[in-house]
Amino acid sequence: MTRETTISIVIVAGLLAAAFIAQAMGETFYITLATRMAILGLAATGLNIALGLGGLVSFGHAAFFGIGGYAAGILATHAFNSEPLLLGLPGTNQMIVIWIAGAIAAGLVAVLIGLISLRTSGVYFIMITLAFAQMIYYFAISWPAYGGEDGLSIYVRNTFPGTNTLAPMSFFLICFGLLVIGLVFFALIRDSRFGAALQAGRQNDTRLAAVGIGPFRVRLVAFVISAMMTALAGALFADLNRFVSPSMFSWHMSGELIVLIIIGGVGRLAGPLAGAIVYVLFEFALGGITEHWQFFLGLILLAVVLFARGGVMGLLAGRARHG
Amino acid sequence: MSLTLLIEQILNGLQFGVMLFLMAAGLTLIFGVMGLINLAHGSLFMVGAFACATVAAATGSFWLGLVASLAAAAAAGALVEILVIRRLYERDHLDQVLATFALILIFSEGTRWVFGSFPLYLDIPQLLSGAVHLPGGAQYPIYRLAVIGVGIAVAIGLYLLIGKTRLGMRIRAGESDREMIGALGIDIGTLYTLVFALGAALAGLAGAMVGALQSVQVGMGEPVLILAFVVIVIGGIGSIKGALVGSILVGLTETLGRFLLPHVFGLFMPNSEAATVGAALASMLIYIVMALILAFRPQGLFAANA
Repeated sequence: MTRETTISIVIVAGLLAAAFIAQAMGETFYITLATRMAILGLAATGLNIALGLGGLVSFGHAAFFGIGGYAAGILATHAFNSEPLLLGLPGTNQMIVIWIAGAIAAGLVAVLIGLISLRTSGVYFIMITLAFAQMIYYFAISWPAYGGEDGLSIYVRNTFPGTNTLAPMSFFLICFGLLVIGLVFFALIRDSRFGAALQAGRQNDTRLAAVGIGPFRVRLVAFVISAMMTALAGALFADLNRFVSPSMFSWHMSGELIVLIIIGGVGRLAGPLAGAIVYVLFEFALGGITEHWQFFLGLILLAVVLFARGGVMGLLAGRARHG
Repeated sequence: MSLTLLIEQILNGLQFGVMLFLMAAGLTLIFGVMGLINLAHGSLFMVGAFACATVAAATGSFWLGLVASLAAAAAAGALVEILVIRRLYERDHLDQVLATFALILIFSEGTRWVFGSFPLYLDIPQLLSGAVHLPGGAQYPIYRLAVIGVGIAVAIGLYLLIGKTRLGMRIRAGESDREMIGALGIDIGTLYTLVFALGAALAGLAGAMVGALQSVQVGMGEPVLILAFVVIVIGGIGSIKGALVGSILVGLTETLGRFLLPHVFGLFMPNSEAATVGAALASMLIYIVMALILAFRPQGLFAANA
């Protein structure tokens, strides 16, 4: 087992242990913090497929995060009001159905966005993904059917067979389980033939094309998978807060997801989770001291980008073996 | 819907486009010369607006405020360039995005710290208050016409600066080969700081002028920044001409879309529904236009030599 794998397992196990300790101490608030870490970690792991492995700096992943969130919000609202959704189909409060619906919806949108934005690269790609996410953001604000600017409340947390999701620990375990599945999935993709092609495309487009693999299709598939995983996290995030609002689509959210990856370590298996843990702890600790915590977050982020490249994983596990 | 209303909306679109141009010109110049993507450009817009509002409130003169906005934004730009941006030129775009994202957090939260969360207000100067009569009997505020005038003047000024002066020659040379102009004895560090300060000053000017039309508040630069991105993506990154055409296109599409689409949908559906669908679609319209343009020309309308 490499040092990186060991450290990754320690980080994941540490999160689980922290939640159980909080449970034992009766501090449900800390369980919620751990849940937040798991969800943001999953969202950023999704982005890490596109950004870390594929080198696709998507500045619009909030779009998919928000689509997942709205899938949960909209389906739950229809189930709550017993109104049919469309074509006579009912809403649902079953998390599993919501996850599938959210991931498929985000996947379809990602195909459309990807088809256009992946024709470009570099700065163009960054700006176009940002612009598409903004488009969806403004649409969510100006479309009044599901709350518009005010957002949408989920009155009762959606259900999962066999557990009471209202108990903080059960909901944490659901999120944690999905996070672990997401991480395993990331590792499988990274080590697969597909992942090799994706990473080769990041390093050298022309050579990848020269060995007979079209970079465009590989990237499109990666972009769609990445979007679906982030959407899954979005659905969980909606259930965590029992509220969805257009701010899930905002470009700050997209920026935050990238920040998590950078703090943790780009392209590293446990990087996004490590980033999410540090970020949430930081938000909690500084937020308690000053309401202007974002100012200090900015300073620290600037220092990380300028001086501490490689993030937490770079610090703990050394440089990535592949550049 | 009458013709005068339409003319008024077209002028509004032009005014909005011109304002976008001031932002987009700086962004595209900075990208063209230094290869840097600067998310914090919206913060410089905000700095300009706050400087103008503060100085105008203290002295009672909008014009001093305008000078202050140029000076403050240029100074903030130069300072940021020397302290932070300079270290990013050799980095990849991901690092640039993050560092400038961090700068946004610092600028926004810092401004909120100093000025509080309440918006400031900036009055239109006496000289430019009032309205002119348009053909057809409608009235149009002089101030907005003045904004259009300033924008056109800046466009011409930039054209002359870049095309006809020694500094412009250096900027163009920097775009095509930075190592060569360094070898020819030009201090490239100073040139970069100058270009960055110039872009910042334009953003600050835009912020000050817009500040008199709406309230001056934290975060006001961000929607404009994203539209300016759309503009330079449409126009072709690095091209000032592209920025001008793109700005006018986006300004007109945005304004006329909001005005016309509800009317268009009103032709075949009930009015209240038409207003909803029209507004929702109008908010997406420029992005749809952008997608269409990119589908045919992935490098934008006037791709520079990038």
